Amino acid sequence: MKFTLSWLKEHLETDATLEQIAEKLTMIGLEVEDVSDPAARLAPFKIARVIEAVQHPNADRLRVLKVDTGEGDPIQVVCGAPNARTGLVGVLGKPGDYVPGLDVTLSVGKIRDVESFGMMCSERELELSDEHNGIIDLPEDAPVGMSYAQWLGLDDPVIEIGLTPNRPDCTGVYGIARDLAAAGLGKLKERKAEPVRGSFPCPTKVEFAFGDTHPLCKAFGLRLVKGVKNGPSPKWMQDRLRAIGLRPINTLVDITNYMTFDQGRPLHVFDAAKVAGNLIVRRAVEGESIEGLNGKTYQLDPSICVISDNNGIESLGGILGGEHSGCTETTTDVLIESALWDENGIAATGRKLGVNTDARYRFERGVDPDFMQPGLEMATRLVLDLCGGEASELEVTGKVPDATKIIDFPYAEVKRLSGIDVSVAEINVTLKALGFWLSGSGDVVKVAAPSWRPDIEGKADLVEEVVRIIGLDRVVSTPLPRTSSISGKVLTLGQIRRNRARRSLASRGLNEAITWSFIAKATAEAFGGGKPELALANPISADLSDMRPSLLPGLLAAAQRNADRGYPDVALFEIGQIFAGDAPEDQSMAAAGIRRGTAKLQGAARHWSGSSASVDVFDAKADAEAVLAAIGAPVDKLQVFRDAPDYFHPGRSGALKLGPKNTLAVFGEIHPRTLALLDIEGPVVAFEIFPDNLPQPKGKATRSKGALDTSGLMPVRRDFAFVVKKDVSAETLLKAARGADKALITDVNLFDIYEGKGVAEDSKSIAIDVTLQPRQKTLTDEEIDAVAKKVIATVEKATGGTLRS
Amino acid sequence: MSDLTTLETEILAAIESAETEAALEDVRVAALGKKGSLSELMKTLGGMSPEERKTMGPALNGLKAKVTDALAARKEVLTEAALEARLASESVDVTLPLRSSPLETGRIHPVSQVIDELTAIFADMGFSIAEGPDIETDELNFTALNFPEGHPAREMHDTFFFNPKENGERLLLRTHTSPVQIRTMRNQEPPIRVIIPGRTYRCDSDQTHTPMFHQVEGLVIDKGAHFGNLKWVLEEFCKAFFEVDNIKMRFRPSFFPFTEPSMEVDVQCDRSGGEVKIGEGNDWLEILGCGMVHPNVIRNCGLDPDVYQGFAWGMGIDRIAMLKYGMADLRAFFDADVRWIQHYGFRPLDLPTLFGGLSS
Repeated sequence: MKFTLSWLKEHLETDATLEQIAEKLTMIGLEVEDVSDPAARLAPFKIARVIEAVQHPNADRLRVLKVDTGEGDPIQVVCGAPNARTGLVGVLGKPGDYVPGLDVTLSVGKIRDVESFGMMCSERELELSDEHNGIIDLPEDAPVGMSYAQWLGLDDPVIEIGLTPNRPDCTGVYGIARDLAAAGLGKLKERKAEPVRGSFPCPTKVEFAFGDTHPLCKAFGLRLVKGVKNGPSPKWMQDRLRAIGLRPINTLVDITNYMTFDQGRPLHVFDAAKVAGNLIVRRAVEGESIEGLNGKTYQLDPSICVISDNNGIESLGGILGGEHSGCTETTTDVLIESALWDENGIAATGRKLGVNTDARYRFERGVDPDFMQPGLEMATRLVLDLCGGEASELEVTGKVPDATKIIDFPYAEVKRLSGIDVSVAEINVTLKALGFWLSGSGDVVKVAAPSWRPDIEGKADLVEEVVRIIGLDRVVSTPLPRTSSISGKVLTLGQIRRNRARRSLASRGLNEAITWSFIAKATAEAFGGGKPELALANPISADLSDMRPSLLPGLLAAAQRNADRGYPDVALFEIGQIFAGDAPEDQSMAAAGIRRGTAKLQGAARHWSGSSASVDVFDAKADAEAVLAAIGAPVDKLQVFRDAPDYFHPGRSGALKLGPKNTLAVFGEIHPRTLALLDIEGPVVAFEIFPDNLPQPKGKATRSKGALDTSGLMPVRRDFAFVVKKDVSAETLLKAARGADKALITDVNLFDIYEGKGVAEDSKSIAIDVTLQPRQKTLTDEEIDAVAKKVIATVEKATGGTLRS
Repeated sequence: MSDLTTLETEILAAIESAETEAALEDVRVAALGKKGSLSELMKTLGGMSPEERKTMGPALNGLKAKVTDALAARKEVLTEAALEARLASESVDVTLPLRSSPLETGRIHPVSQVIDELTAIFADMGFSIAEGPDIETDELNFTALNFPEGHPAREMHDTFFFNPKENGERLLLRTHTSPVQIRTMRNQEPPIRVIIPGRTYRCDSDQTHTPMFHQVEGLVIDKGAHFGNLKWVLEEFCKAFFEVDNIKMRFRPSFFPFTEPSMEVDVQCDRSGGEVKIGEGNDWLEILGCGMVHPNVIRNCGLDPDVYQGFAWGMGIDRIAMLKYGMADLRAFFDADVRWIQHYGFRPLDLPTLFGGLSS
């Protein structure tokens, strides 16, 4: 919402400066977004008189002027304008002044050997018009030395406020003045909207034809003014409209625009000669269309409210007039409409057709219903004053609804919500200044909101009005009482696990990324997603269309972007939400990471101490296990399965589970087909951890870690090597070895894998060392041999292998 | 006796000239070994007369002692020399550069770090952290928050929608974290003190808007929490978060459907040096919106607004991170450029705490 300072002062009697007004506007909730002064850039240009104009000695077309600037000695200016003459009062620019129309900063110059100390300007040079046939030629009596912009009346600053949707009353300058007056910044001038006596009945009738559907128009006022003379509107009106960025058209149209911004009351004018028969206000029929005053054609349907006559549709009610019946310079009879439209209907139509007009803006927020008729009277008065003519009686169809709401208002509510002590008198004065009615006495009074404030619903709104006007700076900062003397644990288990996962991954050298929650459909499908209920209806682009089933696609794409920038060895992770469906319980948190190129734990790329090899599945497994340990998974109970999702390499991937059903993590090399689909170059390994799948830790009665149980006896280590078939997993062998004597064996370590010469083609050799920890007494050789035999027997039985001889 | 003197001279000379421990051992064996020159002489003592023995005995024993001492002394010299030589040969170039450790290269994203900072501050004031789903219902994202159907305020949120279901329900991506206010109030008895950090979505994209961003909201509901308390909480928060002793703040009336009265909050800042400095200067910078929870919202959660009251506020996490740590472009937050993460990210052990300082 834009307006000029002088326009505001038309409604507000005030001595306040522009700065004070701007500050107050912001502090009462009408936030000033911009104050611009079109005069500012013309400020240096002053009115000056040519006291002598003589022929330039060296140029036929130039003259040498002596110019009186109003102060000091006259200065010499060389000028080429045909109208430069002795006695001319014009506009002077001096060295250092910026001439906008030329994009030049003036300096002292020498033109054909004669010095020039300034420039007499044309209107084009000051960007005031296209006039460039000569320099500006002002009346004799224009005051020499005065700022030209000021003399022109251009020094009218434009104020722009950001209006919140709850304040339709401030879509007009008058409403803004009312708010400022209530806030003590001046006195609101009375607005005159006396009825105009009509001398004949309005010949055009209005009919509502909504049938049994919800009426999209509540009330409709119409009046004919005949015998008008339409032409350009007066300069003051044009200046104001131009200042806020509107293009003056003709007086009748300008009056409607002026009323829209002056009073927040949109109107429409029809050229009566082009209207055939009565005006029917109804829902459009499927297939109808209208060509609007903006030159665009709109296809209509029954959700849209129109005004039609025997010619067809003449107007999109409350949004946009039709081209056909618009007023032009030749209009002699004008129908002025002031109506009350259904707010939701206006909003829905505006959205559907994508039309943003000043009328829509006001009607969808809710105009003052009680001002429908006075607004029409005011507009009629303007038409009669500016265009002449004879007015008909004003006809109203429908009924202006009574929107009065009575609110029971306990004065104590102000203190309860705001914490400020405000006296009853101050509350009363403030509310009355804003146009509220108060009645009753005692602690609770009845308050009625004025008709222009549809946003006022209850007592909290009244508190806001009081606090807003008396000033939020009166609120005293008050400590919120502590709930306990030492603040306790506030994080949930899930939050704690995520934090630990994050810090442990970062401490393993990975960089945390945040990638979009939505990805391309094809990618989502490749990672087990792409369900229709997870596809956005209005994605911002096809690349960001479906909610992600996994964090990996975003990380893989990020890795490739980094590689393309010359950083091929990256390790990235993300902790974020993944979506299995659209219900809240289908959303879970995951921690995932990738390592690309040679970005191994110990470092990437070449190094004198040993260059890093390409990342492999065990790098990913190590990350996954480290995180699971950090977030409290029962690591000793984890089992490794081979069934990772199919976007992993089938032979180089696995899943860490608690039992066959509960997957805590998956890891592996990314499948070459998946890489190709995403257009990613490998090698890339990845892991995904699902912290929400971890079991809840058991509540413990004590924080005690219990006594340390150690043995004073030396542990004994024995090495074994077994030859087993290649498809026997290490896990099977280790599990068997560990289980051979649970009392004595405390550790089994796999230290060698061998395939090749000396071992059959289809087999491999696995070497382990087994630690025996005696408890009561040192083990004898016989006892050690007995355990060794048990180890051999158990392993051979479990793996089908043999002890390597 | 002169023989003995000669022998002594010979042996001691041999010891002195032994250059290695092995050569020295040879000398020892030649003198004191079973068949050594001195040992052979000692054997002759048995066949001597008592008088001869009386002189030869001490002489031989004296010589043996002398030789033994000389051997030990020489051995020490040689051992020392050998160690010196070994050490010299073992020397390496200790200026060789190391690989950087994972602890040095790993980074935490600024958004996570700032959420940890927020947690540290608000936990101290007795707040816990509430969360909710990203995919929300229209009811929780708008209606329960007092956004009337078709109201222009809904349009200010450029909402991402999913396709309507058969029953006509249309889910959406939450446009703010406020639905979690409703979830919290419906599931938890007051008093309530929570902050709600999370991802939010609006279909908007330019240098200062991304289709996904992070918000944090705060909510306090009890029987007396008023605007003065809200002001205090926000002032304390701003001081703690921006790590300044004092900060001027300005509360301006504004409008949000879910609060009444509603305010926007500006903080004092200085824009003169090309970057924004919070807590000094004469400019204002808008950082958050807040207000007293609207009675309709309290009612929509099954509570009586004449009994319960409270306040809420919300701000952009990415935005306050940018203000505090000086990132210029919001889009970079979601680009995962390792150069950016390395520069703006935090080290794994930089844990923000109140006792140790939020940032180092």
